[in-house]
Amino acid sequence: MSDTFDQIFVSLKHWLLGYLPVWSQPVISCLLSIAVIIVAFATLFAITTWLERKGLARIQNRYGPNRAGIPLTNISLFGLGQPAADGIKALTKEDIVPFAADKLVHFFAPVVLVIPVLLSYAVLPIGRNMVAVDMDAGLLFFFAVGAATELSVFMAGWSSRNKYALLGAMRAIAQMVSYEIPLILSSVSVIMMVGSLSTVKIVEAQSTYHGLLPDWFVFTPWGFAGFILFMISALAESNRSPFDLPEGESEIVAGYFIEYSGFKFALFFLAEYLGMFAISGLGITLFLGGWHAPFAWLTWIPSWAWFFIKLVTLVLILIWIRGTVPRLRMDQLMNFAWKFMLPMALLNLVGVAIWHFMTPGLPRWLVGFALVVGPYLLLGRGLMAGKNLAKRTYRFAE
Amino acid sequence: MSIVAEMPSKNFELLSKDGDGELLEIAMGPHHPSTHGVFRMDVVLDGERVVKLKPVFGYLHRNHEKIAEGTTYLGSMPYTDRLDYFCSLTNNWAYALAVEKLAGLQVPERAEYIRVITAELTRLQNHACLMGFLVQDMGASGTPLMYAFREREKILDLFESLTGARMMCNYMRFGGCRCDLPAGWLDGAKKVVAETPRFIDEFEALLAGNEILMARTQNVGAMSRELAINASITGPMLRAAGVNYDLRKVDRYGIYDRFQFKVPLGDHGDTYDRYMVRVLEMRETVKILEQALAGISDGPIIDPKAKLRGFRPKVGEAYGRIEAPKGELGFYLISDGGPNPYRYRVRPPSLINLTVLEDLCLGQLVADVVVILGSVDIVLGEVDR
Amino acid sequence: MNTSDHPYLFILLLGLSAVAFALIPLGLAWLWAKKYSPKKENAIKNATYECGLESKGDAWIQFKSEYYLYAIIFLIFDVETIFLLPFAVSFTGLGVGAFISLMVFLFLLVSGLAWAWLKGVLTWK
Repeated sequence: MSDTFDQIFVSLKHWLLGYLPVWSQPVISCLLSIAVIIVAFATLFAITTWLERKGLARIQNRYGPNRAGIPLTNISLFGLGQPAADGIKALTKEDIVPFAADKLVHFFAPVVLVIPVLLSYAVLPIGRNMVAVDMDAGLLFFFAVGAATELSVFMAGWSSRNKYALLGAMRAIAQMVSYEIPLILSSVSVIMMVGSLSTVKIVEAQSTYHGLLPDWFVFTPWGFAGFILFMISALAESNRSPFDLPEGESEIVAGYFIEYSGFKFALFFLAEYLGMFAISGLGITLFLGGWHAPFAWLTWIPSWAWFFIKLVTLVLILIWIRGTVPRLRMDQLMNFAWKFMLPMALLNLVGVAIWHFMTPGLPRWLVGFALVVGPYLLLGRGLMAGKNLAKRTYRFAE
Repeated sequence: MSIVAEMPSKNFELLSKDGDGELLEIAMGPHHPSTHGVFRMDVVLDGERVVKLKPVFGYLHRNHEKIAEGTTYLGSMPYTDRLDYFCSLTNNWAYALAVEKLAGLQVPERAEYIRVITAELTRLQNHACLMGFLVQDMGASGTPLMYAFREREKILDLFESLTGARMMCNYMRFGGCRCDLPAGWLDGAKKVVAETPRFIDEFEALLAGNEILMARTQNVGAMSRELAINASITGPMLRAAGVNYDLRKVDRYGIYDRFQFKVPLGDHGDTYDRYMVRVLEMRETVKILEQALAGISDGPIIDPKAKLRGFRPKVGEAYGRIEAPKGELGFYLISDGGPNPYRYRVRPPSLINLTVLEDLCLGQLVADVVVILGSVDIVLGEVDR
Repeated sequence: MNTSDHPYLFILLLGLSAVAFALIPLGLAWLWAKKYSPKKENAIKNATYECGLESKGDAWIQFKSEYYLYAIIFLIFDVETIFLLPFAVSFTGLGVGAFISLMVFLFLLVSGLAWAWLKGVLTWK
């Protein structure tokens, strides 16, 4: 019974395809999967915008959106109609393009941004047998496609011919480029352990249960460090607070998309969130066991449900972070990437190797633990100590 | 925009010093999210680093001083509310103090107590908001600001029940106050004051030790003692630079000599000190408030000699100054014996504290500029008048 | 029948769908604007945003080289990461000797980083 439910989308697709002529099946099969991906994640995007506004509002002692609901009625549904209202607003707003801008590049930047973001979903396993393309080099594909978003950000910033946009674009490039290396290196640790670049194989490698806990990579010292490094880099890659320097609302107003309005602006917004889901989804795949249930006795819940539960949890954590921390400065951001994240990610690779060569047992845990905590204390605390940052005591005059 | 001086576009080298790239001139403001109103900074950037900064103000100029010279003395009182619209009660007090000096009025004890209580409550909400704004400028999407506004609401409710207005209080009169405290107001104030230390503790616990906040503020925009004194900086900004100068201690105007409180001083003069000095000042303010709320007694609230109609102070001049939340707020008045002042001049702390902005910002990154500006604590109503 | 049997077809179709996904709402917005709110462009509304002032000078300038230095280091490290990937894939099948050569490779990476660090390239000037 649980299996039927688990595979309901897969069986549904096969059943539908059975009615179609054989020659059309590959195309229709692809289109069906694409439709499911786009609809599922676009819906999640709509819910997340609502969730984010509501969550931030709760953090800040506010109500958040609570008016928009079902049109022409008094039913407000906790403001769940807000995403639809926002969408309609974005569609009907005037699209203002500055005369000075490079109009063609300005137009294509948001379109170009959506393509790589959606392409990265091709290799994301969102459930058992629910991956669009089980590529042998799935991870490489993901990173290659993900890097293309930088192009669009720079297109937007440069073509606007606006000084703030220029600053934002420059910041975005420097930031995304710098954090891409720790992002890839932290996933290399998983690749070393699994021995495959295929996202499906990575999920399979985490399918067993060990006592109470599942064999997810996050429950190893190197995996935990890798997960944290990955999520920090993911925050930076998706330009989320505290790494929202390319937008830097209080400094450079809106950064690279300052000259965008109407639905082009909405596309940036959409792509940013879809990118965030994709990268969080990859984090789940790499470290959090993909679509596997956290406990053996919870496997009756469908695999795709687990994927989305984990995804929403991660997104909620990102919202929480956004509501609580101030923004870094450009030099601090770069220092953090190159002087902390990169060495940590490299040392983590050593940690994986040693973990692999040692026999399971307590010594392995201790060594693995030491290989994470030692560098952290050395690099993190050491760098902080060099900066002379501390709480201060103050004098008082009578 | 004729009153605003235009920036000469090409009177400096457009190439950066090391010759690796061109300079970028950006106008930050007047339409900018974190210039605290309609203020403009013409910034020249080398990459992200500030090599030149020119503050441009005047966008909110309302001719306050000239209008006041054509209005009766009392007629200017509501207008002073609009100077620093965050702290209308301290503005009222400074103006009333100047006129009282001019006319030789005595303020009854109860009125002095009410003035101290309202002024210190004003200081509390001003500093709370400043902390919120400052962290907002650092990009902390609204949370500290909303926390600060939650506290401010309580104080504004008190103001509303006392004066009828939340921000534009127009409460003080020459020789006293406009109306007596409503029934139960003191208990309400005591409750608010009793809750404030918890808020300050919470704020300090959440932010003062935050690594990002420390990294963003420590050694950023440091101001030396000498510069602070030479530029006649006043208020928390001066005390953050380590100068012990608080008009409540120096002038002992009103009844401030009756209260026990200390003056926090910073040693570095950087943004973090300016932030923390305000936090500590809030704690001292709570002490003053507790003493004032306990010590207030019944009595008249206005000097019986004070005339509302036909008020004509004798010929002379007077300068009344108080320690407003932002610094020394002074009113200089010359009377020719007529119903309106012959000369009326405001010494706005925001404007004078703002004059060192370029010195603080040079060599810093563009992200620091908004943080430094936030730590100066300006209100454009007062800067431009 | 499985989409994985036709990976290139799928990716092509996904790319096309992404373009459609971006262009269809833009087209709808354009149609709406054409019918109900035709563009009324003018020099002020369509001016470059610079906080309410006329933008002086050009935004297309030779920008500070700091950013490019990071880009160059990135290039080196990114290429080295690509070399690391095949190593990582076959790592489980390799012995300690291969691991040591991996360590040497990592050491080269790290020495490059250390050089850049000591050279002060990583410090934002």
